Amino acid sequence: MGKRITIDPITRIEGHLRIEVEVEGGKVVNAWSSGTLFRGIEVILQGRDPRDAHHFVQRSCGVCTYVHALASVRAVDDAVGIKMPVNARLIRNLLHGAQYQHDHIVHFYHLHALDWVDIVSALKADPAKTAALADNTSNAPWGGRQYFKNVQVRLQTFVDSGQLGPFANAYWGHSAYKLPPEANLMAAAHYIEALRIQAKAARLHAIFGGKNPHPQSLVVGGVTSVADLVPDRIAEFLYITKETHDFVKNVYIPDLLAVASFYKEWGGIGGCTNFLTYGDFPASEQEPESFYMPRGVIRKRDLANIEMADQQKVTEDVTRAWYLKSAPKHPFEGETRPIPENPKFSPEKGKYSWVKAPRYDGLPCEVGPLARVLVAYGKGHADIKPLVDSTLKQLDIPASALFSTLGRTAARGLETVAIGEVMQGWVTELVENLKSGDTKTYQPYEMPQTAQGVGLNDVPRGALGHWIRIENGKIGNYQYVVPSTWNLGPRDGGGNLSPVEEALIGTPVADPQKPLEVLRTVHSFDPCLACAIHVIDPHSNEVYKIRVV
Amino acid sequence: MEKEKEFYARIEAKSVSRRDFMKFCTFLTATMGLSAAYVSKVAQVFAAPSQRPPVIWLHFAECTGCSEATLRAMFPWIDELLLEVLSMEYHETIMAAAGRQAEEQLHAAVEKYKGKFICVCEGAVATKYDGGYGKIGGRTFLEIAKEVCPQAAAVVCIGQCSAFGGIQAAAPNLGGWKGVGEVLGIKTINIAGCPPNPINFVGTIVNYLLFGKLPAVDDLGRPLFAYGKTVHDQCPRRSHFENEEFVEEFGSPEAAMGYCLYKVGCRGPETYNNCPIAKFNDGTSWPVEAGHPCLGCSEPQFWDKMTPFYEPL
Repeated sequence: MGKRITIDPITRIEGHLRIEVEVEGGKVVNAWSSGTLFRGIEVILQGRDPRDAHHFVQRSCGVCTYVHALASVRAVDDAVGIKMPVNARLIRNLLHGAQYQHDHIVHFYHLHALDWVDIVSALKADPAKTAALADNTSNAPWGGRQYFKNVQVRLQTFVDSGQLGPFANAYWGHSAYKLPPEANLMAAAHYIEALRIQAKAARLHAIFGGKNPHPQSLVVGGVTSVADLVPDRIAEFLYITKETHDFVKNVYIPDLLAVASFYKEWGGIGGCTNFLTYGDFPASEQEPESFYMPRGVIRKRDLANIEMADQQKVTEDVTRAWYLKSAPKHPFEGETRPIPENPKFSPEKGKYSWVKAPRYDGLPCEVGPLARVLVAYGKGHADIKPLVDSTLKQLDIPASALFSTLGRTAARGLETVAIGEVMQGWVTELVENLKSGDTKTYQPYEMPQTAQGVGLNDVPRGALGHWIRIENGKIGNYQYVVPSTWNLGPRDGGGNLSPVEEALIGTPVADPQKPLEVLRTVHSFDPCLACAIHVIDPHSNEVYKIRVV
Repeated sequence: MEKEKEFYARIEAKSVSRRDFMKFCTFLTATMGLSAAYVSKVAQVFAAPSQRPPVIWLHFAECTGCSEATLRAMFPWIDELLLEVLSMEYHETIMAAAGRQAEEQLHAAVEKYKGKFICVCEGAVATKYDGGYGKIGGRTFLEIAKEVCPQAAAVVCIGQCSAFGGIQAAAPNLGGWKGVGEVLGIKTINIAGCPPNPINFVGTIVNYLLFGKLPAVDDLGRPLFAYGKTVHDQCPRRSHFENEEFVEEFGSPEAAMGYCLYKVGCRGPETYNNCPIAKFNDGTSWPVEAGHPCLGCSEPQFWDKMTPFYEPL
């Protein structure tokens, strides 16, 4: 029996997550992932107006804002039978792309970086050497000895105040931190710059969505932001998306590569076996064929035989989750009910999480940036493949190293480059379409008495599906299976580990009192727990045929 | 004074001009409803706080949208709020420490700043099943709220969830979710909204730093400087309402002409907030400008009382 370590709360994530690991001989030998909050949004949706659903589900998460609203309107669009106007498709894509740009920057710098970057060590750096390092590695618009000296003075003043705020009581000085002081100072400076970049990037949502977080311009049938389809607004959007993209290319990616070059062993740690993507960013009405990021399933890391994903094969298992007993079911036939009591954490044989265990054809699947990049890479994607190949070459690591914590974190950066690039084309397309005289943004519809629909998306954290059934013009049933449910769920009835549980096994832990290495792998999934736990469907037993959006 | 000079030198080094900074202070002062004479005092608050006021930020049942909204603060940028204005002693979304070390930090901060810290709460607290539907470190939100909040100098509830229970408290409210003030039987400052505009949070904090007390509030605990008037009364589309020029369908010529959204469900007439004046994300826009009706998100129980959203009041 190894040493048991509990990390609760896991910080620098969205939501409330508890991770337990067992460590033996300096390595993780067993792991349990537990979500510790249940809100029940799907129950709340029962009987309400289907047009309202997207506002409710958007409150699943304020970090991955927008994406649930998008999945929800797509599900209702599907049920109602909307032919999406071109302008609405493009604006929805642009808002979604903006979410990728914003979210991935925040994840890398503010949620993940401190697992690799020792802020305290930055105080020992030589600003001149830092400036030289920055010149060699990045194309950042700011730099020079004086710039890094100012940052260092600012950090020193902060530390000297004795009020360490967000940096208090962390794992500084841990032996697993490998960056030299100069690289730490460079990363610390960019951490601060990224705080500002993300605030600016969020304005992209405000331009076509009124505000961020929780933009408010989607409706079933299209979008409402007609007054924003004017040259100055579109130009402002283009300017900010390019500015954000420049940061990604010139700072984020160079930082990612610089940090990765010191942590290459993490290319052999933290990998999973199976991967699922629904794909996203439609270029026309042809879905999924026209998706920029393709749909697919990878079994046993076999990139040569990528299957088309079929949502009918998705089931959820609650054997080890705090719900009343039920067999694994497709989202449309679930009968899950939360236990009506104060839940007990029983990881050994019993229930230990509010997160359900989704499975594809019975298999746990990793979803998210790595899954998307692997599917695209395996299919020879024109933009993704060269990005991946050049990264592997630059880091001098084999393609097999992609299946890892390092691969997951790198994939997130690489897809941000690809999506930022293609967004600019969508802006041009929008301008051309408006110039041609098409100003349509909305398709009127009648709400049917009975219908059902599905919205399948791939959002920053992974494959996201919303399922709605309309009865008497109201919501008869609503289900969503979200990325962090896939990645951070518990075991299933067959004892199969969830992706994060699988990924943690084998992770080295130098000091069980300070399990920094565990945080690296957990954070590489970008956990987002508020939306992972919401699942409930109290009364449906039927199987429905559904169209895939 | 010396410190103030340093401050300006520093913001100028970061290519923020003194003029931009004063512009922000003017905006904030105006948002707070203070006279122009206060502009320089607001500037001083950011330039030279003698000791950064400690903030303990608790996360309960929420979506982190209110933390994210705060991260969008510009002038003062969020990095200045974090490094130079406030001392964010505990905030799970940004803090480096995790697990045991995070818990230690919470206890140490409460102990060190007893009676002196601002407790910001984000999220609702469960009351059914002994509060069992929401836990951190094996303890319920209920236990944590009971332990930490009463030791604060003031409790500021950011967002609909901590103020009034929020989305999880919508019917049928399985976990018995409630706002923090109601659960603890204490008065809280409620920065209403889903999420609120960060300018209203920053304005409240500036008020505290400037006057040593929290701003005047309405009977729901909302600061009057931000929530004193209805959205309708401040709406730039108000004249269309008076002229009975309404949007009746999205995508229509009336929608393109920016007519009043009352008939497609706008809740502006019953909603107290400053969205039309302050706007979001550095004054970029707000929902009505984006052609979408107001949801009434700064009103208690809006998920039940304001729905269905697309039906007129």
